[in-house]
Amino acid sequence: MKDEQLRNNVHHATDVIQAKRARVVSEMPDWQQLREAGKQIRQHTMQYLDVYLQQFETNCTRAGGVVHWAKDAAEARTIVLHLVKASGSNEVIKIKSMTTEEIALNPALEEQGIHPYETDLAELIIQLGHDRPSHIVVPALHKNRQQIREIFQREMHLADLGDRPEDLADAARLFLREKFLRVKTGISGANFLIAETGGVCIVESEGNGRMCLTLPDTLIAIAGIDKILPRFQDLEVMLQLLPRSATGERMNPYNSIWTGIHPGDGPKNFHVILMDNARTEILADSESRQTLNCIRCAACQNACPVYRQTGGHAYGSVYAGPIGAILTPQLQQMHHAQSLPYASSLCGACYEVCPVKINIPEVLIHLRNKVVEQNTAGLAGAFDMEALAMKTMAAIFQDEHRFRAAQRLGRMAETLLPSTNGWITWLPGILGGWTQARDLERMPKQTFRDWWEKRETNDR
Amino acid sequence: MIANPASKAEILRRIRAANHAAPAEPEARSAWETLPRNYKQAGDLQPDTLLQLFEDRLRDYDATVTRTSRQDLANAIAFQLNARSKNRIVVPPGTSPEWLPHGVTFIVDEALTPTQLDAFDGVLTTATLAIAETGTVVLQAPAQGRRALSLVPDYHLCIVSAEDIVETVPQAFHRLQGTAALATTFISGPSATADIEMTRIKGVHGPRVLDVLLIV
Repeated sequence: MKDEQLRNNVHHATDVIQAKRARVVSEMPDWQQLREAGKQIRQHTMQYLDVYLQQFETNCTRAGGVVHWAKDAAEARTIVLHLVKASGSNEVIKIKSMTTEEIALNPALEEQGIHPYETDLAELIIQLGHDRPSHIVVPALHKNRQQIREIFQREMHLADLGDRPEDLADAARLFLREKFLRVKTGISGANFLIAETGGVCIVESEGNGRMCLTLPDTLIAIAGIDKILPRFQDLEVMLQLLPRSATGERMNPYNSIWTGIHPGDGPKNFHVILMDNARTEILADSESRQTLNCIRCAACQNACPVYRQTGGHAYGSVYAGPIGAILTPQLQQMHHAQSLPYASSLCGACYEVCPVKINIPEVLIHLRNKVVEQNTAGLAGAFDMEALAMKTMAAIFQDEHRFRAAQRLGRMAETLLPSTNGWITWLPGILGGWTQARDLERMPKQTFRDWWEKRETNDR
Repeated sequence: MIANPASKAEILRRIRAANHAAPAEPEARSAWETLPRNYKQAGDLQPDTLLQLFEDRLRDYDATVTRTSRQDLANAIAFQLNARSKNRIVVPPGTSPEWLPHGVTFIVDEALTPTQLDAFDGVLTTATLAIAETGTVVLQAPAQGRRALSLVPDYHLCIVSAEDIVETVPQAFHRLQGTAALATTFISGPSATADIEMTRIKGVHGPRVLDVLLIV
């Protein structure tokens, strides 16, 4: 929170995207009808998910692709590692993919001596800067041009690099072109899988996606089972909703659709990994299954006052913002659930901009209930630290003497903690979770009550 | 090859348990038919306005567009390539020789390597269709060449016929339905990024310049 630069960068970027989105959405007289169609297509897909996944497998296989199924992240990683090794390459070029972030693929590849090159400009900035993505669509939105220049100067050995966005894009073009022409194995996510044809659709801007999915000999696509669409025609809805919501463009520069292997055109080996990784658990929860309708546009992040204030890293999870607050805990067996569903003021801005009408506040409240139920259930609940802390707090707040004593104790205790400019940067033990991605302001020397009472005494 | 039938069976079992159902394909098909699609499908613009909209939307995303006629196409191509100082151009197999002006070297793509493609000044292709509302040209392989062709060279000159322009995205998908399994690329303006401070910058990895010749 103290990183003023980060907050300015996030504010600027989200302001720009929001304005662009509003402009291109207002051009569409049928936007609400498209949203409704989008929602219904996604709902329908989830209702018949088993049918459509099998249809996809049949049609993709018929077209020369190979379909793999992974129950969880570990199984998906094992399959990818096996396929990369079989391709005979110890390097891979990667298209930006939140799914590969979700399964922490890059560290797994590196551990096996395989070097992954991120090729999306923002992902390249993140990778070279040893950073983490902070936004679903624009992962390096927390960095400004000067910061990006510093990273590129250092990592690409370009001492004279300028800081105009054009200079930086040119540097990335040169740095990556050699990789595109040389590396024989590509890894991608997928925006949509089309059951009817066995096709895959990838939406992007820079052309790095097209490079990765056409130039290598082997292409491995990793997709959550939620990425499926029943038919080719359904893209006419999604390809209107997604670009306008994600980057505020009528259409993003490139959409690629391909089906298995196209002889003489593109990879000779094509694999799709269909990954569950807790998506079926979300599907089983009738109140939160709408989370799976998400098409990863990130409009909810840009609209969220909490995200705009804190940036994506404060969420401490792969998927940040409102959708991250509901998606992450559910994908991780309610791990992170203790904090993420609370990172919202329930203002509803996210619901309003969601292109497939996911009622995020409703799911947040549902998850909060689930957390409280879990924490207070059974014997474990009686000894739950948070429940215990809440009870203690209640006792303190009920009694003025106890409350004042607690404040004095707090001021004494915090003198022992490390801090910079009045902000505490580290808390011990279980309280440490609070300061991992944020600082805590020191308590004032004097409370309001103390000041008020002293003021009265002085006046007299 | 890893085949893990157990994982597939388990995932399908979990889905059916979550949905409390194991529906058959015909049931899914008839449920899909009833999904609401009361968004705009057909276009309502007159041909002239449609062309103007297409041109405006292309220019809005940093592409250029020039009108020409079928008779004058070779001249228009020569003029455009000279203006950009592009002399060595790759074309997909099947490109009409009568379009190709003298004074420029045209090489037909026959399984050229990516490195060979990278050495060209540019590429000339036609388009399968175009969408006015979004300023998009749609290329399908193999007629417009394999996908690497319109990607690796730094300059793309694309020829679009007025009769191939539709107004809306749904109209485009309706036309593409019969060839849905072909490799398909939607191109809306030259390669771009907004990853640095949300500023749209023209040209990263795909062609940095897109010129369109519109045959009317």
